[in-house]
Amino acid sequence: MLHTVNKSPFQNTTLMDCARFLQSGDVLLLLEDGVFACQTGTAHSALVEGLLQQVKVYALRADLKARAITQLIPGVQVTDYAGFVDLLEEHKVHSWL
Amino acid sequence: MAEEIKKIMFTVRKPPHGSIYVYEGLEVKLIMAAYDADISVVFMDDGVYALKQGQDTKELGIKGFAATYGALMDYEIQKVFVDRHSMEVRGMTEADLLIIGEDEETEEPVKPRVIDSREIAAMMAEQHNILSF
Repeated sequence: MLHTVNKSPFQNTTLMDCARFLQSGDVLLLLEDGVFACQTGTAHSALVEGLLQQVKVYALRADLKARAITQLIPGVQVTDYAGFVDLLEEHKVHSWL
Repeated sequence: MAEEIKKIMFTVRKPPHGSIYVYEGLEVKLIMAAYDADISVVFMDDGVYALKQGQDTKELGIKGFAATYGALMDYEIQKVFVDRHSMEVRGMTEADLLIIGEDEETEEPVKPRVIDSREIAAMMAEQHNILSF
């Protein structure tokens, strides 16, 4: 299962809500304002660090660059739009809007 | 009798790029700056991300606005503040902030001023109007 989160973890609980439903082997893709979650040294870094023990975590490069997020939590993989399409082909998807 | 100059504060609480709020707010600030008003801008919560230097929106296919925020002082907007707590929980320091212009006398680059919520609250209480984006 591919889970996508596009909301800032500082604004609402979408990422936390999603986290309850992640299963081993799932993939989490952070995009749009969701990418704020994968920066190191924030109040929410520990949440993503914990998720990385369980699932693969990707972040969309265009959104990282637009927000000048350069200090990524180790283990978070950066992907582009083509990679996003590949993930969609490989998995069923749920968008946590 | 001369009319009192209006004190107008803008608060920016939304993150940039995920919605149109920050961009629209900037447009309104530039319009209001053309009037004879005492304008201040406070970035708080996810709004502090709008002031992060190094934003590159090319791959998103949008123009971005960091260049305009980088020239706020040229648009007669001098009072630009950032909430310290909002920066801290996001792992940001003053070094992460973009430059908003240069000092008229020293020509030194100027960054937004980092202040505490208590100071922000005091400023809010002095305003005629507060516009939120």
